[in-house]
Amino acid sequence: MSLLSIKNMDVSIGQYSVLHGVTFDVPEGGVFVLLGRNGAGKTTTLRSIMGLWDRPAGSVTFRGEDISSLHTSDIARRGIAFVPENMGIFGGLTVAENMVLATASGKFDDTRLKRVYELFPALEQFWDKQAWSLSGGQKQMLAVARAIIEPRDLILIDEPTKGLAPSIISAMGEAFREISETTTILLVEQNFAFAKSLGRDMAVIDDGQVVHTGAMADFAADTALQDRLLSLSMEGA
Amino acid sequence: MKGNTTVKLIAFAIWALLLFAPFFFQEVRQVEVAARIAVFIVLVASYDLLIGYTGIVSFAHTMFFGFGAYGVAIAMKQLDNTWGYWIVGALAGVLVAIVIAILIGLLSLRVKAIFFAMITLATATVALVLASQLSTFTGGEDGITYSVPDVFKPATKLLTDDEGKVLKIAGVRMNGKIAAYYFVFASCALMFWVLLRIVGSPLGTVLKAIRENEARAEGIGYRVVAYRTAVFVIAAIAAALAGAIYATWLKYTGPETTLSFAIMIDILLMVVIGGMGTIWGAVIGATLMVLAQYYLRDLMEVAADATASIPLLPELLSPDRWLLWLGIIFILLVYFFPAGIAGTIIQRRAAK
Repeated sequence: MSLLSIKNMDVSIGQYSVLHGVTFDVPEGGVFVLLGRNGAGKTTTLRSIMGLWDRPAGSVTFRGEDISSLHTSDIARRGIAFVPENMGIFGGLTVAENMVLATASGKFDDTRLKRVYELFPALEQFWDKQAWSLSGGQKQMLAVARAIIEPRDLILIDEPTKGLAPSIISAMGEAFREISETTTILLVEQNFAFAKSLGRDMAVIDDGQVVHTGAMADFAADTALQDRLLSLSMEGA
Repeated sequence: MKGNTTVKLIAFAIWALLLFAPFFFQEVRQVEVAARIAVFIVLVASYDLLIGYTGIVSFAHTMFFGFGAYGVAIAMKQLDNTWGYWIVGALAGVLVAIVIAILIGLLSLRVKAIFFAMITLATATVALVLASQLSTFTGGEDGITYSVPDVFKPATKLLTDDEGKVLKIAGVRMNGKIAAYYFVFASCALMFWVLLRIVGSPLGTVLKAIRENEARAEGIGYRVVAYRTAVFVIAAIAAALAGAIYATWLKYTGPETTLSFAIMIDILLMVVIGGMGTIWGAVIGATLMVLAQYYLRDLMEVAADATASIPLLPELLSPDRWLLWLGIIFILLVYFFPAGIAGTIIQRRAAK
């Protein structure tokens, strides 16, 4: 059984129909990459899974339970974390306070906190600093760290490499690889080289519809298919 | 020294002065000012929990203050001035505050801030009108005068000397009045400590996150409406308890001392002067404002006398113009301390 199954999801924002019949399955474990051109509907898909739009038509099933009608906070409590494109951190709070917010009890599990420090040493260094003072890369680290400070079954990550320096992207890739050993990641990414290096399975979304699903290795090997579906618009392809 | 430490030191110094106020300042009016400062610190700190920490603008805080005060006042007047009935009255006031806060919270915290503020304003107006109309219980516009538990009566001898007379310590008579003051002080200090604990707990962090970005707080698993309602109820409980304590101190409860919008404006000004979102700032804001309300007139009288030989100045400094000067002082404070006194000290030290 898939960890997350999306069937015939339709989403409209105002008078515009953004997603039409989006259907794909995210298997448990590894990184599932959602590819697509700008404006194809990738971010809307992630936000709809999290219940951040009005209830979508169709179904979103997580571990066999339809979560499409649940409140965002209840979806998060089911073990799904969301790292949005704008990172979603609270700039006026310290790094420590941002991290506390992601814990259920308000207390840190020492083992997990140690793991966060190992993955992102900068966060330990700036622990008591206000989050707005961090660099873009450090903010992204904080956003990801917040998603893994508690045990999660699925992390939705939206374009984590956008605007980051290559060295930070590389470090982020290492971190995702390690995180995906224990937690499934649904990754939306424009940087194809980055996506290719991490993804096990993938789907391509175009004009609000899923136009291809399969193994990342097969897609990476088929340049004609990449040209057709992504129009070579993606960085590093 | 960190800005936060400076602010805490100032606040601790004020609390220390309040602790020994009956010994330092032995005039009735001075002790009255000290008691009012203690009560208003709780009132302002609990309001800061709403406006400063969670971003909720409410005009119903004095209504909750009034519920607690009228609860005790009606119990003391209609039933008896015993501790048992004091507790019944205070609990009744708190219970009404909780029920009304939950109703307002659940019905209106989903709406935009301005509509919520209007709903609280309307509710507070209804409470004020009811207090005037239900004169059988509330005494109407005249309010209620009542006796408090015997331990707080001035004739009560807390400690006696060998001759059976009231013992004096450092010139202060150990009678019911001192018991009443320390009841006010200890209760307010305890409530302020509880509010500090709330702000310093993970709940306080969630409130700050909601203030900064509701959608993000929802996105990481927090039901914003539930949290906003919870904090509204907590603030209402604190205000009601402060009202019960103030009613015990004053031995009088009326619309002007508890429910009036003038008090609501005072609370708002105290939060702004102290610094929104800095709970320690409540101590500074309440102290400065209460002192100004009681002593600015006296100070201006001295200033007017001292400048009697200079043209125009004595006119300007006439004690009758104290509200004008209070306004000018407030504008200057906002100009030089845009984030409030505590907030600006913390920000400036952090920037260095």
